[in-house]
Amino acid sequence: MNIDIANFMLSLGIMGKGMLGIFIVTIILIASIYLLNFIGRKLSNKKDK
Amino acid sequence: MTSLIDSISVLFEYFGAIEWYHIVMWVIGALLIYLAIAKDMEPTLLLPMGFGAILVNIPFSGVLTQGEAHGAIEVLFEFGLEYGELFPLLLFIGIGAMIDFGPLLTNPKLMLFGAAAQFGIFMTLSLAALFGYDIKDAASIGIIGAADGPTSIFVAQTLNSNFTSAIIVAAYSYMALVPIVQPPVIRLMTTKKERQIKMTYEGKEVPKLTRICFPIVVTIITGLFAPSAVALVGFLMFGNLIRECGVLDSLSEAAQNMLSKLITLLLGITVAFTMKGEQFLTVDTLIILGLGLFAFIFDTAAGVLLGKIMNIFSKKKINPMIGGAGISAFPMSSRVVHKMGLKEDPQNFLLMHSAGANVSGQIASVIAGGLILSILSQM
Repeated sequence: MNIDIANFMLSLGIMGKGMLGIFIVTIILIASIYLLNFIGRKLSNKKDK
Repeated sequence: MTSLIDSISVLFEYFGAIEWYHIVMWVIGALLIYLAIAKDMEPTLLLPMGFGAILVNIPFSGVLTQGEAHGAIEVLFEFGLEYGELFPLLLFIGIGAMIDFGPLLTNPKLMLFGAAAQFGIFMTLSLAALFGYDIKDAASIGIIGAADGPTSIFVAQTLNSNFTSAIIVAAYSYMALVPIVQPPVIRLMTTKKERQIKMTYEGKEVPKLTRICFPIVVTIITGLFAPSAVALVGFLMFGNLIRECGVLDSLSEAAQNMLSKLITLLLGITVAFTMKGEQFLTVDTLIILGLGLFAFIFDTAAGVLLGKIMNIFSKKKINPMIGGAGISAFPMSSRVVHKMGLKEDPQNFLLMHSAGANVSGQIASVIAGGLILSILSQM
């Protein structure tokens, strides 16, 4: 087992991109769910009327 | 007399080929079988893996080679795991059909816990890289933190990791150990007052449109950001769509029961192909088992930490323990958090919230796996 600083620095870049990517996708999905719920409830209320 | 001795010695010919690592792997196989039966630890995987480890570590085993032809387990490995990672993807159809995303769709903010709880993957990736592992192997080791067997297998195989067997054993073992690994981490990260925060469940009806469109939307959005994730997330969401559409009950039933059980049966014994003693019994395996534990610990810690941070800005307090359920070990992690909540306050029912965080972890772990593959493919 050898300590590899260059490899570690490379992995930090992957960590940054990865976590940022996960949070961006998550926020978009959260917004999508709110939108779907809104549309779904509107359609459901229309049907009930 | 000589011919009698010769005949008997032929029978014992293969005994001379037994090496120390064969015997150690028989013991490991027996241990996995014991844990599966006596301790009820992920028996659907550990028992076939344990028995498979014994099968592949018998000298000149017929499951590996039959003269010129490949043996049965090698064929299963080639078709189920090596070419297109078919078994984990088919299993995902069954898993998708089993998951009720209702608690998440009622409270979409819970998805943030799923995202945060993937931090352990990247911390472990960095640690493995620091220890000198090639970046693809480091990523494959890090994905143990996805706490999801099919995702771990898929990523490790796609990256052609040299340590697939250790990664798979670590992933499934720690998933089974969630009730032991998570509680001390959660208790360390939280105060008693925080653990006693009560959360009420409103239980709003989720529109059918949401339930049907959700798997389609998740697949498209995730696929646009991480095309490598389309196979994983697509098969998971396909299973969920079959469940939610309401017109394919028999297929949903088949996916949840027959398909997932059949694939699980084959997957466990197929994975054993990578558990040949001379490859498995190395210092690297021990290091990877250690790093895997580290991944689970940091996943849990990151999820809980997000809960504590959200409480600073949120009027309606969140019990930070539900952040610990953001890992993909479904449904075990949600039950662990629920039990911890009841222990602190018998009137505090956290199950629906922790289940929401838990299923979001399933999605987030698949996204993480896909992003890792996408990022590494661009390097």
